[in-house]
Amino acid sequence: MSAYAFSSETPSKHPYPDARGRYGAFGGKFVPETLMPALEELDVAYAAAKADEEFQETLRRYQTTYVGRPTPLFFAERFTHHLGGAKVYFKREDLAHTGAHKINNALGQVLLAKRMGKKRIIAETGAGQHGVATATACALLGLECDVYMGSEDIERQKLNVIRMRLLGSKVVPVTSGSKTLKDAINEALRDWVTNVGHTHYVLGTVHGPHPFPLICRDFQSIIGRETRQQILEQEGRLPNTLIACVGGGSNSIGLFYDFIRDESIRMIGVEAGGRSLDPGEHAARFAGGSPGMLQGAMSYVLQDPNGQILGTHSVSAGLDYASVGPEHAYFRSVGRIEYTHAGDDEALEAFQAVSRLEGIIPALESAHALAHAMKIVPEMNKDDLVVVNMSGRGDKDVQQAARFLLPGETF
Amino acid sequence: MNRIEQRFAGLREKGERAFIPFITAGDPTLELTGQIVLELAKAGADVIELGVPFSDPVADGVVNQEAAQRALLHNVTLRDILGLVKGLRNQTEIPIVLFTYYNPVLAYGHYRLAEDAKASGVDGILCVDLPPEEAVEYCTAFQGQGLSTVFLLAPTSTEDRIALIARTSTGFVYYVSRTGVTGERETIESSVHGMVTRIQQHTKLPVAVGFGIARPDQAREVAAYADGVVVGSALVRMIGELGAAPDMPARVGAFAKTLADAIKGR
Repeated sequence: MSAYAFSSETPSKHPYPDARGRYGAFGGKFVPETLMPALEELDVAYAAAKADEEFQETLRRYQTTYVGRPTPLFFAERFTHHLGGAKVYFKREDLAHTGAHKINNALGQVLLAKRMGKKRIIAETGAGQHGVATATACALLGLECDVYMGSEDIERQKLNVIRMRLLGSKVVPVTSGSKTLKDAINEALRDWVTNVGHTHYVLGTVHGPHPFPLICRDFQSIIGRETRQQILEQEGRLPNTLIACVGGGSNSIGLFYDFIRDESIRMIGVEAGGRSLDPGEHAARFAGGSPGMLQGAMSYVLQDPNGQILGTHSVSAGLDYASVGPEHAYFRSVGRIEYTHAGDDEALEAFQAVSRLEGIIPALESAHALAHAMKIVPEMNKDDLVVVNMSGRGDKDVQQAARFLLPGETF
Repeated sequence: MNRIEQRFAGLREKGERAFIPFITAGDPTLELTGQIVLELAKAGADVIELGVPFSDPVADGVVNQEAAQRALLHNVTLRDILGLVKGLRNQTEIPIVLFTYYNPVLAYGHYRLAEDAKASGVDGILCVDLPPEEAVEYCTAFQGQGLSTVFLLAPTSTEDRIALIARTSTGFVYYVSRTGVTGERETIESSVHGMVTRIQQHTKLPVAVGFGIARPDQAREVAAYADGVVVGSALVRMIGELGAAPDMPARVGAFAKTLADAIKGR
């Protein structure tokens, strides 16, 4: 494993972000002036932490003894036989503490905030996984934590709301706009603008103003580094294809980043196709969006011709977002990563299939990646290797899924 | 000199401070926004900040968020707002600044918007989520048309950033009086006077102060040292409460006059 607990070597062909936080035409820092000094402070503090062996050691210790890393790479034998094509492996981020990859970033950032002397943490959450992960890290390290969550998401992810409260965090309902992730981020940004002196904002994905996309990518890239080592141990060769779902894009960049240099490896990001590709019915930013700036970064955005942000829909709260991490927009523009989408129905079908075939109930987010695997794996050669990122477990989604899968029954 | 520069030059000669009201364009309707602008001009406003409604206003408190939502309910666009200004130019020469978020500007296109804004009689633009580092093409486009590009400074701004923003701004510099979003506050922070003085050491541009100023006594206090005073949410809240009442523009104008009088020491 790499000597560093959270840094990945930058692939030389893609030396991003640059000093301005740009990934080609995407990224940057688009925030009210009040926050600019805080972003500069964060940039400097992060670089110092990254170079500090003691900080690295602390993070490594928590990753091993608290999070449970490395997470397993599992050969999904029955799923593979069912599809009749390539061999499919799952990277089991669902087995990380708190049940999703989100802990990798949350723990790293809360440790960083503590090192910076911040007393209070705020976070936004969609599906609740990032909120739970941040609440967990704050409980572990003894920091105060407020989590902003859209009231519609609170409704569909009640279990995670209770978890956050049990962990000692306050969950602040957001009732503005579409009452989902985007609005929770707006509210977290408003809080940060107000309390920037003593508060660190733990942004949960590879989006937002620089340096957040970089910090989150670094903390998540452990997923791909472990996967490389594990597939070499189990198969003696690298995979042909990597598949991951893309909301903001943190689990996918986490899996992909260490393989960017291996140009023969195909990488596919799967967005939420929702009910259809009509405006407001999906969250497929690359299929239905255009370049724009939302919440601090230039990227692809679902917007109307006047630059107003459109509503989104997905059965999965964690993918239900109008923009996507700027580095994804960059890797798409240079053709290094492909992006596609899976609809609500396809995700629900994969959710059931994997539950029955492998005894793993996936998060509805991860089910989008699995749905795409179900489309392409049957056409692949039997000796091809595919890794799907099982970014989270589906316990939180059982009630939501039941509403669709078992209509008429009450829960 | 554009209208903003002319107005500030005139005020400086008279030793007066500028009154800069903010309202959201299209709340409750574009037609009523036009009437409010005329009332504000009559009440003694020097520059009008016309808010461009945006779906995700991260720098705004609840009052301005709701005003933007009301305007967006009838799909007010930047193009509509330029049309409104164009119509107003038959009736008033008051300087008008667009107060906007960046994405609507991007969607319109820097150069196209600069040209159309100029042609419509807009005098300047202020983009609340666009720091100067990201604003090279934006400045070229708008300054190229003779429009002022107003940038903001905040209590957290370092000496380097004060210098950068003093260099990049034209027309005036906008000082955000406290860390936080727009909205009325009970008191003005004691640090404001010192920051305004520091900014004035970096630039000859007028320094206007906004965020949190809601009452005539607060406006008078800030006018003692700042070149301009911005009042937004207090007016926007009044507009929201009165809605389409027939005397709404006149009543907003009457309140604005109390602010103008306080700022002008009348």
